[in-house]
Amino acid sequence: MIFWIIAGWVGFVLCPWYGVEDGFFSFEWLVDGYPFEEDYSPAAFLIGQGEKLWLAPLLIPLLLPLLALGREKSDPTYFRILTVAGALGFGWLIIQGFSIGIRGFNFQWMNAAFGALGDRQFGMGYGAMICASAFLFLFTQGIAARGAVNGDVFVVGAIGGVVTIVTAFVFFPIANMLFSAFVTDEGAYSLSAFVGKFFDDRLWGLGCFFGARCGAALNSLVLAIAVGFITTVLGLAFALVVTRSGFRWKRILRALTVLPIITPPFVIGLALILLFGLSGSVTVFFADLFGTQPTRWLYGMPGVLIAQTLAFTPIAFLVLIGVVEGVSPSMEEAAQTLRANRWQTFRTVSLPLMRPGLANAFLLGFIESMADFGNPLVLGGNFDVLSTEIFFAIVGAQYDQGRAAVLAMVLLFFTLSAFFAQRAWLGKKSYTTVSGKGDAGVHPLMPMGLAIPAMIVAISWAIFTATVYGMIVYGSVVELWGVNNSLTFKHYVTAFSIRIEEEGIRWTGAAWDSFWTTITIAAIAAPLTGAVGLVTAYLLTRQSFAGKSAFEFGTMLSFAIPGTVIGVSYILAFNVPPIEITGTGIILVVSFIFRNMPVGVRAGIASMSQLDKSLDESSLTLGANSWHTFRRVILPLLRPAILAALVYSFVRAMTAISAVIFLVSAEYDMATSYIIGRVENNDYGLAIAYSTTLIFVMLSAVALMQLIVGRTQIGRRMTQSRTNV
Amino acid sequence: MKRITATIAGSLIALAATASFADKLTYYCSAQEDWCQLMARSFEDATGIDVNMTRKSSGETFAQIRAESSNPKGDVWWGGTGDPHLQAAEEGLTMEYISPMRDQLHDWAISQAESAGNKTIGIYSGALGYGFNTDLLAANNLPEPSCWKDLLKPEYKGHVQMANPNSSGTAYTTLASMVQIFGEDDGFEFMKGLHANINQYTKSGSAPIKAAGRGENTIGIVFMHDAVKQAVSGFPIMVVAPCEGTGYEIGSMSIIEGARNLEEAKMFYDWALSVEAQNLALQVNAFQVPSNMGAETSESAPDMSQIKLIDYDFKKYGSSDERKRLLQKWDEEVSTLPQ
Repeated sequence: MIFWIIAGWVGFVLCPWYGVEDGFFSFEWLVDGYPFEEDYSPAAFLIGQGEKLWLAPLLIPLLLPLLALGREKSDPTYFRILTVAGALGFGWLIIQGFSIGIRGFNFQWMNAAFGALGDRQFGMGYGAMICASAFLFLFTQGIAARGAVNGDVFVVGAIGGVVTIVTAFVFFPIANMLFSAFVTDEGAYSLSAFVGKFFDDRLWGLGCFFGARCGAALNSLVLAIAVGFITTVLGLAFALVVTRSGFRWKRILRALTVLPIITPPFVIGLALILLFGLSGSVTVFFADLFGTQPTRWLYGMPGVLIAQTLAFTPIAFLVLIGVVEGVSPSMEEAAQTLRANRWQTFRTVSLPLMRPGLANAFLLGFIESMADFGNPLVLGGNFDVLSTEIFFAIVGAQYDQGRAAVLAMVLLFFTLSAFFAQRAWLGKKSYTTVSGKGDAGVHPLMPMGLAIPAMIVAISWAIFTATVYGMIVYGSVVELWGVNNSLTFKHYVTAFSIRIEEEGIRWTGAAWDSFWTTITIAAIAAPLTGAVGLVTAYLLTRQSFAGKSAFEFGTMLSFAIPGTVIGVSYILAFNVPPIEITGTGIILVVSFIFRNMPVGVRAGIASMSQLDKSLDESSLTLGANSWHTFRRVILPLLRPAILAALVYSFVRAMTAISAVIFLVSAEYDMATSYIIGRVENNDYGLAIAYSTTLIFVMLSAVALMQLIVGRTQIGRRMTQSRTNV
Repeated sequence: MKRITATIAGSLIALAATASFADKLTYYCSAQEDWCQLMARSFEDATGIDVNMTRKSSGETFAQIRAESSNPKGDVWWGGTGDPHLQAAEEGLTMEYISPMRDQLHDWAISQAESAGNKTIGIYSGALGYGFNTDLLAANNLPEPSCWKDLLKPEYKGHVQMANPNSSGTAYTTLASMVQIFGEDDGFEFMKGLHANINQYTKSGSAPIKAAGRGENTIGIVFMHDAVKQAVSGFPIMVVAPCEGTGYEIGSMSIIEGARNLEEAKMFYDWALSVEAQNLALQVNAFQVPSNMGAETSESAPDMSQIKLIDYDFKKYGSSDERKRLLQKWDEEVSTLPQ
């Protein structure tokens, strides 16, 4: 408690209250007129100079907790003082932050009530941030002292912290944006503005049945269902071949599935164009062979469907392999003992037990397809989908933010319905088969009738994937694709040349800037994502508190929200005080954390549910508090989950595009948005060369991390497999 | 005590002053990437001012400036078709500035400035036209088109591509030009006829000719300098200046209202209008016509004196209302037709 009281005062008296313009990590302000210069001044100095007097009431909640010093924790006044001080301080910070902005009062009625302010304020800086967290944690300590969650200070604090950041960086921007669906062109609120945009023909039109075009919402829905279905089937075929067949090159199959995950967007689309486009190699070959006229069949739904299937099948595979392996062999053996043949066993025992995996795989394919931005952009032709429509509603010549918000709502509605439908379908049945006791045996092989088609599908798909990637590498080393196919390294040189001079190495290549930014941002975001995700997972699996399911929903929400929506809402919400971070690297890091956090949460939950609760209990019985238990017992056992979350968020931060494209700025340009620029410029060579480099960089990063994970796992797996066999 | 802190602070300020902070400029660029880079680096070399450059299309940049209007981050916006610049001027997102370089500019550059209350200025211009892939045209046994009306012929069905006017300034210029060349009714009849032959409305303005270059499309309606660029890059593209006459764009530059580095923005503005800055275009295969009368034009560039240019009414067709009206009409009457 004393720590947070001190922190509050430090934030108020020592740190610059407002955001420093030169960036979060520049400390120029220390020598530039601090502490009296208005821009860098701490709140206490501002008030002392008679400025920003609306900050003065914060002194009350800062002074209040001093009264609690020396009191017993069980004393009712103790918790009353802390909760009141915390709530007052935090509440006042928020109220003043939202009501006073860059042009004085933000709301008309305040001008009417108090007269024009004649002053303004910028976004929160170190001081305000530290103060806010101090108030927040004083408040949670107060509640804990009152007895919430068994008076556990760490747990209450963690809940408070996660709720606050999720509110600030997920709920607030999304709500802020969705509200604009109800705003008319003149800036008034109106329901009819929403209705008019919602029932637009461009959204729901059925024109494609009459020769014209269908609405974007219908297109998206049909596409997403198709992609979800196909990826699930393909993923299952892959998983079965890998686990239940005598197939020899399983390792290659597994390796192939990693590739699409680490592929920057567009690349698959570009490779498909180079193969199947109007002048693509395959198209031309077959046109010559049969003497037909090549067509543009690729552009539109077929192309997007193929590209998305290529990109998302591995995700379905990764989900399903766990489930397929997880079905306990003893169940299947039991079925066979009861004289079921292989086919019956598979159909009546194995397949039903895989239901959660199938549902999850479908859901992921569905959501990924809905949110996908790069492939429809490159291959969509006249086939409009929601994610690209949102983008062009914002950046297009018509600039219609309300329309973007309506489209975003429809998209959100689809993804959330899928989410709930999946839960309803799975219901509350138990699919647990691994009990930890006497789990011996091996999986039976697939029935022949299934094995042959599964093998054929998996192998031909693998060959297709390999071809596409072969084309990518080839495309990066030819002069000008399709026109001049002589081999050259010039694209790599343009992108990544360096010059060694006296002062050291000069990074002269065009791609270096965005490359280093991307690596830095990804490296900063990854551990933070892991941390937030695991703490949340810990709260969800190990603690029970009021509103837990709402809490779980909130943390998973950002996964169902497509990146374009996040990008737009962030730029609208965080360009103005109180949180003013557009144009900085922070906004990129923040968006990655909250985009990828759900995966960290899921990974954490999955591995934490495997850890017996008795471990925590014995630690608690031995007198450790829950923070110690978390740090000394749970965290070390979670290493695989931590690394999985790290790898995932690192890779996603390097390949994400849909949200990023709105958030990059002059100083912080990301690799993916640079690549789009090249693609737009018909500079395929450079774009593909850059992407290939990124693929290899990520491949080595993943391999490095896998090496570490692999080591930690081997010890446990070895003993396990010995008992199994 | 207070005096001590004051002296310390004072000496710190003095220290800071001697450390000499570099001036900087945040530069939004809507031209092609390499041109943007070259402009930024050359300005840095010429003045020593640090330049932070972001490249986005003119529509995206306009959206960004609008989103940031209550707290501008950018200083100067250079390049991109003139309409969004005019729109930004109309909405008060950019500020008035009269450069001392003005007397060196072509008349069209200045009239662009005057139609926006001097809140923007012309830096280059380019005429609308189309280009076709000679290989594909030959492979499909199609005649070479030379007029706008040629594109309506049924044999070109499925071979023409243009951008969607809702998302692209180039395509909006096409729509507005047709309305001005043929009159509003016949102009829309033209667009309807064209619609039947279009294989795809792309999102970005120059995409049709890039697709044509790669052999993914036959005819692309674009600005002629974009088509020339593809031809010069080695793609089999032939450029056409339509016989009925054509509209044009004026690439513009504006200073953003509330710029944080106003002095540097003005320096950039003046420098960008100079001969040396405009000659940089040649290094990056940008074939637009520069606005400074002394600047050189490339031999490959379309010769503006040979092209029949219409008297494009930027003020009328650049205004938000007219634009909304035309786009809505296009949406309702043209885009919904079966193809």
